[in-house]
Amino acid sequence: MSVQAPHDDARTRATGRLESALRERRAAGRKLLVPYVTGGLGADWVDIVRALAAAGADGIEVGIPFSDPVMDGPVIQEASQRALAQGATPRSVLAGIASAEVDTPIAVMTYYNLIARAGDKRMAAELARAGVAAAILPDLPLEEARPWCAEADAAGVETVMLAAPTTPDERLARLAQRGRGFLYAVGLLGVTGERSQLAESALAIARRCKQVTDLPVLVGVGVSNASQARAICEVADGVVVGSALVRRILEGAGPDGAGEFIGELRQALDS
Amino acid sequence: MVAAPSPMGAPDASGRFGSFGGRFVPESLVPACMELETAFSEAWADAAFRARLASLLASYAGRPTPITECPRLSAELGVEVVLKREDLTHTGSHKINNVLGQALLAERMGKRRLIAETGAGQHGVATATAAAYFGMECAVFMGEVDVERQALNVFRMELLGATVYPVRSGSRTLKDAVNEALRDWVASVETTHYCIGSVMGPHPYPYLVRQLQRVVGDEAREQYRERSGGRDPDVIVACVGGGSNAAGTFAGFADTAARLVGVEAAGGSAVGHGVPGIVHGMRSLFLQDEEGQVLEAESISAGLDYPGIGPEHAHLAELGRATYEAVGDDEVLAAFQVLARTEGILPALEPAHALAWVIRAARDGTLAPGTKVLLTMSGRGDKDVAQVKEMLA
Repeated sequence: MSVQAPHDDARTRATGRLESALRERRAAGRKLLVPYVTGGLGADWVDIVRALAAAGADGIEVGIPFSDPVMDGPVIQEASQRALAQGATPRSVLAGIASAEVDTPIAVMTYYNLIARAGDKRMAAELARAGVAAAILPDLPLEEARPWCAEADAAGVETVMLAAPTTPDERLARLAQRGRGFLYAVGLLGVTGERSQLAESALAIARRCKQVTDLPVLVGVGVSNASQARAICEVADGVVVGSALVRRILEGAGPDGAGEFIGELRQALDS
Repeated sequence: MVAAPSPMGAPDASGRFGSFGGRFVPESLVPACMELETAFSEAWADAAFRARLASLLASYAGRPTPITECPRLSAELGVEVVLKREDLTHTGSHKINNVLGQALLAERMGKRRLIAETGAGQHGVATATAAAYFGMECAVFMGEVDVERQALNVFRMELLGATVYPVRSGSRTLKDAVNEALRDWVASVETTHYCIGSVMGPHPYPYLVRQLQRVVGDEAREQYRERSGGRDPDVIVACVGGGSNAAGTFAGFADTAARLVGVEAAGGSAVGHGVPGIVHGMRSLFLQDEEGQVLEAESISAGLDYPGIGPEHAHLAELGRATYEAVGDDEVLAAFQVLARTEGILPALEPAHALAWVIRAARDGTLAPGTKVLLTMSGRGDKDVAQVKEMLA
């Protein structure tokens, strides 16, 4: 795969591992489930990744903890702080991912400073070497993404773009064009965290995303339980579930409990 | 032939000063930053807006502030010190210059809620004041550590009708207050203006805040020239946390021959010990570890307790147009007392850093005898008296 201009379109680009897997499963009529877990949280976090894969996740998001996670609410802040206190580093999380040996494609979710500190090129190569399929960088918007995307494209790492309820339509189309893997539709105006009710904005942004792209559209932020996941999947291709899972892990769920929760969501989406 | 651009011109289209700045924010906030950029550029070109701001600065904030000669201090140090007296503004610091401008912008954009981060509490008080004046709702985020050491300012904000949220995450100081304000803004962006207190954050904030603060430097230059028969000072000194009073002061003198010196707290010296990184929406210099985790700053001054610096300062440092020095807590306490004793002025601990460097530089010969120094007295020390009393006990 050659280095493409970052705003190239779908006709000229290779399809990465995450996107291929998600497109294939969508074509088979399946709703997509991507759980998020904070890397380095607890001694058994790699086992949790394996449990999520076994429970039927279509992709797995692994957070590389950062000291200043501005897009995250209290649960993932707490998980990040605990993981950092337990000695998690980008390198240790990548080593854990590599050791998990799961077939399910893995996307790392982190903040751009951890990449910038290592250097775009070096971090793209390290992600590829660890077997990471994709990267989700919530503080790297389209206008700033060019240098990273060039290196990620060259290394075969898919950069997932995020779309927000405040994103205008014209911009949405450009995000979708640059996006790889899937289009991450942020379901509400707010940081990550569980919400008792599904936000109206979740269905609205999913609909708007579906109108501009053929990429799989997954809704994340504020997706807390099976019934919310099902409701969103009436419109979207799938969901990202983070805080609801991480809260259970913080409360001591372990690999079994984590797998059980994701298994329930799987069942709800499949039935 | 085109004249060389001023070292403190406008940033480029991506919001960069050299390689620093930019706009690294969650997608939810990108449209709001763009809206603010447009609103500011239209407002700044609008004579009616500028006149309204000027009138508020005069009738409400008490501008222009004077410059004050310091004969006894100067005699003691052997250099000639003149202070730009931002401590004499309404609310007691230069922060009011910025918040009145941003509140006017918020009004222009139809936003009726202001949020702010604060360290020492001066920016929080200023924002709460502007919100009260404009009849807006106000929420201030303040690290729990700062809530404790600046209890009086918390009470002031509450009297002014603001809600103060103690921030318990991370180092529980200014850095974490910024995180929490950003998190609120991600959720409230449609109705809320984030009134950032320094020359930091995503574009257009570093430029916007510097332009709103340049009244300090522009006034000082005119006043100094009037006093000195058209002559400029040799050295301009200001303290730097994020760096708004320094940026505003430097902007007035960037195209003169004056040497520009920013003074950081030794425990938060982003220029001295920081490396380039991307935090709080901007590419700048930050204290961070090998992996890119942001380190905690440590200073007696809550207002300088920030592990980064505004991107334009990083650029000025790289250009060599300004230099950045660091002073320790003990020097600052000594400077605080010297100014009180010699001139009858209690400085805030933040500008006491700037004075601490002048004292050191005068003593060690870095500043030759007779050097003419202009120092921005960015705020008054009333808020710090209890803390200083404790530290001297």
